[in-house]
Amino acid sequence: MAARDEFMGWFKRPTPQYINITVPTEEKADRIPKDLWHRCRGCGAITLRKDFIEQMSVCPNCQRHERMRGWDRIRSLVDENSFEEMSSDLVADDPLEFEDKRKYTDYIEASRRKTGLNDSLIMGRGEMSGIPVSMAVMDFAFMGGSMGSVLGEKVTRAMELAIEENIPCITITSTGGARMQEGILSLMQMAKTSILCAMMEEKGVPFISLLTDPSTAGVMASFASLGDLIIAEPGAYIGFAGRRVIEQTIKQPLPPNFQTSEFQREHGFVDMVVPRHKMRSTIIKSIRMMQGREPWLEADDDHLIVEPVPVKA
Amino acid sequence: MASGLTFRQAPHLTQYDQMVDGNPGLPKADMTPDEKISESTTDESGSAAAKTPSSSENGASKSPAPKARKKRKATKTSSKSSGKGSAAKRTTKKSAPADEASKKATASPAPAEKGTDSAEEQALSSWDRYQLASHKDRPRTSDYLKAVFTEFMEISGDRGFRDDPAVICGMARIDARPVVVIGQEMGKEARERHLRNYGMMHPEGYRKAMRVMNLASRFKMPVVIMIDTKGAYPGTGAEERGQAEAIARNIRDMYKLKVPVVVTVIGAGASGGALGIGLGDRVLMMENSWYNVISPEGCAAILWNDPAMAPRAAEALRLTAEEVFKLGVIDEIVSEPNGGAHLDSEATFESFREAINRNLKELDKLSTQQLLLARAEKYRKMGVFRTQSSDQQT
Ligand SMILES: [Zn+2]
Repeated sequence: MAARDEFMGWFKRPTPQYINITVPTEEKADRIPKDLWHRCRGCGAITLRKDFIEQMSVCPNCQRHERMRGWDRIRSLVDENSFEEMSSDLVADDPLEFEDKRKYTDYIEASRRKTGLNDSLIMGRGEMSGIPVSMAVMDFAFMGGSMGSVLGEKVTRAMELAIEENIPCITITSTGGARMQEGILSLMQMAKTSILCAMMEEKGVPFISLLTDPSTAGVMASFASLGDLIIAEPGAYIGFAGRRVIEQTIKQPLPPNFQTSEFQREHGFVDMVVPRHKMRSTIIKSIRMMQGREPWLEADDDHLIVEPVPVKA
Repeated sequence: MASGLTFRQAPHLTQYDQMVDGNPGLPKADMTPDEKISESTTDESGSAAAKTPSSSENGASKSPAPKARKKRKATKTSSKSSGKGSAAKRTTKKSAPADEASKKATASPAPAEKGTDSAEEQALSSWDRYQLASHKDRPRTSDYLKAVFTEFMEISGDRGFRDDPAVICGMARIDARPVVVIGQEMGKEARERHLRNYGMMHPEGYRKAMRVMNLASRFKMPVVIMIDTKGAYPGTGAEERGQAEAIARNIRDMYKLKVPVVVTVIGAGASGGALGIGLGDRVLMMENSWYNVISPEGCAAILWNDPAMAPRAAEALRLTAEEVFKLGVIDEIVSEPNGGAHLDSEATFESFREAINRNLKELDKLSTQQLLLARAEKYRKMGVFRTQSSDQQT
């Protein structure tokens, strides 16, 4: 609990901008005042929104991990005031002049206004227990965290920064996959980012991929699956093909736990499933070990041995 | 269909099943290209589709890349200024191949012939080309293997789980030179299609391909890859065995290959399923192939909530060889006979062989270090975006 108390300490400090933007859009139908209360989509428990955010958007009743906005995520992981955003001026272009029911350019503008971000990813340099790290953090609220040219470029730059300064790289995914509105160019971002993973591997830069709800498709089929460590939050939806696509293909419903974090760990594609309040300490302990540093003074001594589950023969 | 708003790959399966069963409900799949062209375009030159291509065609396949590259900028600016209406877009796009063809015509030994080709070519919409790529008689990987390569020996299995028949891997020679060949095989007859899973690979397929590519790297054999898939297979076993991980690892590890890699999209090229064997020093597309992040059907289902909007999605996605080339993603377009590769497969194979040999010869000049550097730079540049400051200026 030490780690959690530490969080609570600085989460209580006034961060007005951050409280403003933490309104999940899925709740439109709810009768309860959106700004004041949060109603859990898992168990229905109602929490004061302010408290809910202080709990890092985890339901106190059922431990459901609600999606976090990008900036909330960064604040929940880095040392206070240590994060310096970079390349925030990159904005999506419209090389295809794409238009479905609406123009892609209009969609981008609306998303920029809605989220206060220029695209679906925040990148920069922060510190964790005083160790500098390069971070690339997705925000699902911006066009479903989709990967277009801007996201690919920023992930690439985050990895280049990690190589250049020989610091760990942490990517945090929350995405539906590639951004269709950029067509083949969005597909190429998979190649662009995966090549940087090979370069980080070659240089011995620790690369931690943190998978949060949801992490699917093109992003999972590239850099997110290439971490030295792949950590997932409990109950996140993680996979390649979408659930409905698979159901259409096999013509039968899937079990509810299919493509969850736990499912992926059991099948060997996620290294550990870590609850949100342990995430910061888990990452810090990991990078300190991977870089051969002294133990972190605030480290808890929880031994993480996973209970075995029945295996399909 | 309303419940399937977010599916991606399922429509392909449906389409294939219906194609195989000869279901009349599905438009155009079983039509000859002539019928398709005359039905879907108003351009009279469409009727010229069945004309036998001349032998001069093969020679012309050498040049499209540099020429198209020259006019790339001009086309881009003109399309920007042409307004936002889809009609305006279409006009601009059509002017491009005509332009290219007229340039071809001046360089070609048979100018008149080339001129006619171009008129016919520009009549093909994105959707036409998309359908040509799925034509039941179109040459597939095994046809290329038989016609272009000698001594082909298939190598099976990922040495982990099983062999994936959706992808064919092996050693062969092209003009006496040893190479490793990898290609997705959609199959032709109903039974073969089923056995080959319509060219939709499982994780073990990607792992097999990578294993054989690593073999190529160790024994200094260049890698020749043929892409022909509507996506990686979206099934239960594929997920359980790590479809995403297999594709991701392939992309990363293909970057590390110490031999030249030439990739050609010969028919369909969709999503990570294609890119999972698609990272190369040279990426080529056959003239009537397509390459994109998603199939038009999948895109239509998601963005329009209506699979019937696929032709519109095909247009919007810019999936034809020419459009993908303009976006700087591929290096060369390999020409096909008039009306599509299936009308004269010999000419198609000859264009393909020439393009592969020429590209391998060019890549031979690079040291391993230069090769990897160029590979990294090639992909580092992919993407189009702007900065906010330039945003404010305009
Ligand atoms: Zn709850």
